[in-house]
Amino acid sequence: MPQAEFDADEPRWSECAEAPAAGRRLAVAQALRALLPADCVLSGDNELRPYECDGLSVFRQQPMLVALPRTETELRAVLLECRQLGVPVVARGAGTGLSGGAMPHASGVLLSLARFDRILEINAPARIARVQPGVRNLAVSEAAAAHGLFYAPDPSSQIACSIGGNVAENSGGVHCLKYGLTLHNVLGLRGYTIDGELMELGGRTLDAPGLDLLALCVGSEGLLLVVTEVILKLLPKPELAQVVMASFDDVGKAGEAVAAIIAAGIVPSGLEMMDRKAAAAVEPFVHAGYDLSAAAILLAESDGTPDEVREEVAAMERVLHAAGATAIEVSRSEAERLRFWSGRKNAFPAAGRISPDYYCMDGTIPRKSLGQVLKAIEQMEHKYDLKCMNVFHAGDGNLHPLILFDANCEGAWERADRFGADILELCVQLGGTITGEHGVGVEKLNSMCVQFSPAERAAFFAVKRAFDPPGLLNPGKAIPTLARCAEYGRMHVRHGRLAHPDLPRF
Amino acid sequence: MDRMDSALQNLRGRVIEANAAKTPLRLRGAGSKDFYGERCDGTLLDMRGYRGVVDYEPSELVITARCGTSLSEVESLLARHQQFLAFEPPAFAADPTIGGIIACGLSGPRRCQAGAARDFVLGAALLCADGQLLHFGGKVIKNVAGFDVARLLCGSLGILGAITEVSLKVLPLPRAEQTLRFEMTADAALESFNRWAGQPLPISATGWCNGQAWLRLSGAPSALRAARTRLGGELLDAAPADEWWRGLRHQTHAFFREAHTLWRLSLPSTAAPLAGAGPQLIEWGGALRWCASDLPAAELRGLATAAGGTALHWRGGEAGQRFHPLAPTLLAIHRRLKARFDPHRIFNPGRLIADL
Repeated sequence: MPQAEFDADEPRWSECAEAPAAGRRLAVAQALRALLPADCVLSGDNELRPYECDGLSVFRQQPMLVALPRTETELRAVLLECRQLGVPVVARGAGTGLSGGAMPHASGVLLSLARFDRILEINAPARIARVQPGVRNLAVSEAAAAHGLFYAPDPSSQIACSIGGNVAENSGGVHCLKYGLTLHNVLGLRGYTIDGELMELGGRTLDAPGLDLLALCVGSEGLLLVVTEVILKLLPKPELAQVVMASFDDVGKAGEAVAAIIAAGIVPSGLEMMDRKAAAAVEPFVHAGYDLSAAAILLAESDGTPDEVREEVAAMERVLHAAGATAIEVSRSEAERLRFWSGRKNAFPAAGRISPDYYCMDGTIPRKSLGQVLKAIEQMEHKYDLKCMNVFHAGDGNLHPLILFDANCEGAWERADRFGADILELCVQLGGTITGEHGVGVEKLNSMCVQFSPAERAAFFAVKRAFDPPGLLNPGKAIPTLARCAEYGRMHVRHGRLAHPDLPRF
Repeated sequence: MDRMDSALQNLRGRVIEANAAKTPLRLRGAGSKDFYGERCDGTLLDMRGYRGVVDYEPSELVITARCGTSLSEVESLLARHQQFLAFEPPAFAADPTIGGIIACGLSGPRRCQAGAARDFVLGAALLCADGQLLHFGGKVIKNVAGFDVARLLCGSLGILGAITEVSLKVLPLPRAEQTLRFEMTADAALESFNRWAGQPLPISATGWCNGQAWLRLSGAPSALRAARTRLGGELLDAAPADEWWRGLRHQTHAFFREAHTLWRLSLPSTAAPLAGAGPQLIEWGGALRWCASDLPAAELRGLATAAGGTALHWRGGEAGQRFHPLAPTLLAIHRRLKARFDPHRIFNPGRLIADL
C-alpha cells in the first residue's frame, strides 16, 4: 500500500463545513433543476433545515442543496452532474443514523432517497423481497407476514429507519446473534457509482463470481456507491417465541450468565441486558414490569417449534439459576413477550425523557469482558461527572452506554464526547471495536485512529478510490486522515494487545 | 510488528523480495484446491509454516487461527467443545489449511441454512505486497469499523495479498441430526425444497441426485420429531446418512468422482432443472446445481444466464475461461483494487481473473 502521501488528496472533515463559494449554490441548483422537476431540488433555508443532521443531532450542517430524485434515471443524472461539477454527494435515507453518517456537506448535495419508497416484489416461493432503499425496515416484515415470512434484522428504530440506511451501516438489532446482521440477510444490491456506472452485486443467487464486492459495500457508509435496489432474504416466521427475564444483584454475575448460556450450546434468538439505571429510566415510561431492585436484567429469547422453545427455555432457566439469578420470569403470552421487550426497545427515547440530551455509544467487546467494562464505565461516570445508563446486545458483546448530559451546560458536551471516546478506546484495548452497528460517520473518526494503523487506513482509502476515483461520495466520513489522527494524538492500539497487558487499568 | 513469529518473518521476507524483483508468487496451503480457479505461474510460497490456533474461547463463539493451521486441527479442537465450523468447508479428501479455505471461500451442504464461509469471517490479517501486515475486522461478532476488507478477502484466491490469520465465528453443534430420503424427480425436489424452506422447519441441508431427494434435519430432538411427522419420507440410519453428506461436502460422492467435466451453477433456488445439460446434482435447496455436461461452454453459460445465474467450469474447460465473466463495470473495480493492493501483480496473478 503506498503510504507516504496516501491521503494527501483526501478531504479533512473540517473542509466539509466550509461554505460554498458565492454563486455556487445558484449555479448547481440551476444545473440540477434542468434534470429534475422543480419540487425535487431544495435550496431555500427553510427547506434545507430538516436535513441539517441525522439521529446524532449534536453534529449539524446545512447542505448546499437537497436533491430528491424519483427514478434511477434522475438519480444517475444527478450523480453525473455532480461528478462533472466536482460537487460532493451525501446520500440519506430516513435520517435515523446515530453516527452522523448522513450529516450534510456544506458545499455538497444531500441526495435524499425518500422517494425510492416502493416494495417492488415479495417473492414467497423464492423467499426474497426486492425493495427500494427508502422502504422502512418494518414495512418489509409487514409485507412478508401474509406469507408467513419476515425480514430478520430489526434495529430498535425499525419503524422509521430505511433499508438503504441499514445497508449503508450494516445494521443489527436484537436478533442478530441467531439471524445475523444486514450483511447476512442481503442477497443483492443495485446502485450507481459517482461515475454513473450501474453496479449489480449479488442477486437472487447465493454467490457470484469475482471478489465479494457485495460484502464490501454493505456497511460502506455511502462512500462507495448509491444504492437504488436491495434484494433481501426472508425467513419463515418461527411458530413461537418466548422471553426469559432474569434479575441479577451484580452486573458481573449477569455478564457471566451470558457466557454460561452460550457455553451451554444455546444460541438464543435475542440476549439483551440492561443495568439498573436503564431499567429505572424505561419502567415509568413503558410499565414492562422490570425488577427495579436488580443491578442488571437479562432478557433471553427462544424461538422455534413449541416443543423446542419449551426445552430451550427450561435449559436457559437452569443456566440462569446456576449463574445466580435472583428472580426469573417467562413470558406467558405474545403480549407479555412484547411488553418485556418494550423497555429494551425504548431505552433511547427513555434516556431522552430523563435527560435533556444523551450520547449513545456503540462499542463491541468480547463477552467475557462485560463485567469489567461496566465497572470501568462506573469509574468514568465519576471522572467526567456524568451519568451513564447501559443497555447491551449482550449476546454479541455490543454495548450501548447512554451518556446523559445537558448540552446547555458549559462544557458538558465536551465531557460527554471524551467520556465516549474513553469507552471506545477501552473496547479496542480489550480486543473489541469502536462500532458494532451504528457506523463511524463523523462521530468516531478520532476513535478510528486508535483502532487502525496508518497502513490499514491507507487500504481503506484505496478501496474508496477504487469505487469513487474523484472522492466525491460522502467525503470526509468514516476514515480519518493522517493529519487528523496526528492532531487527535492518541496512539493506535494493536487489536487487543496492550503494551503491558498485566498492568491494572481500572 | 514486534517479536514477529519467525515463520511469519520468513513469509514477509519472501513477499518483500518478490515485490522488489516484481516476480510473481503462487500462494499455496495444502494444495487441496490446486484444481480450483485459473492456472497461475509463480514461485511457490508455502503458507503451511505459519500455523496454530492463536485464540479460542468457546463462550465467545470465535476461533482465531494462523493461515497454515489444518482444518482437522481446528475441527477436532472445536469438537472437544461441542462446536463446529457451520459452513462445512470442503476438504476434497485432503486436509486443507484455514488460510486456503478462506482464500477460496467455498462452503458445504449446510450453506443454505447456516451461511457461507464469508458469513463466518470476523477478521483477517493480510500480508501486503510491501510487507506490511494489516488487520481488518476483529474477533467480535458485530463490527462495522472500516470497510469489510476481511470478507472481501474471502474467496479472493489470494490476489490482494497473503491471508496470514483469520478469526471465524463458530457455532454449537446441533443437539441432534437426522436424514430423510424421498423418491422424487428433480422438478418435484426443487418445488419441495423451496416450499419447505418457507416453513419453520429445522432443515440444515438438502440434496438431490438420481431420483432421490435427501433432507437433513438439525436441532432439538423435539423439533426433529415434529418435522418428521410433517414431512414423511424414509428415515435413514446415521452411518449411511453421514456418509452421503460427507460425499457431497468433500465431493467423494460417485457423481463427482465419475464426471470428467463438471460445471458448478449458482442459480436462483426456484429455477427449473436445466434441460439437456447432462446428469445433475442439486444442493442448497436448489441454489447450487452441479452439471456433468459436455455442452460447449458458451451454450451452458447461456443456459445459466437465462436462468438468472452464473456457471463456473469446475473441472475441465479452457484456461482463462473457467469463471463466469464479470460485467465490465465490476471488472473495472477489480482492476483498480488489484492495482492498489498489489501494483506489481506478485500475488497469484491470473488465478481469479485471467490478466489480474
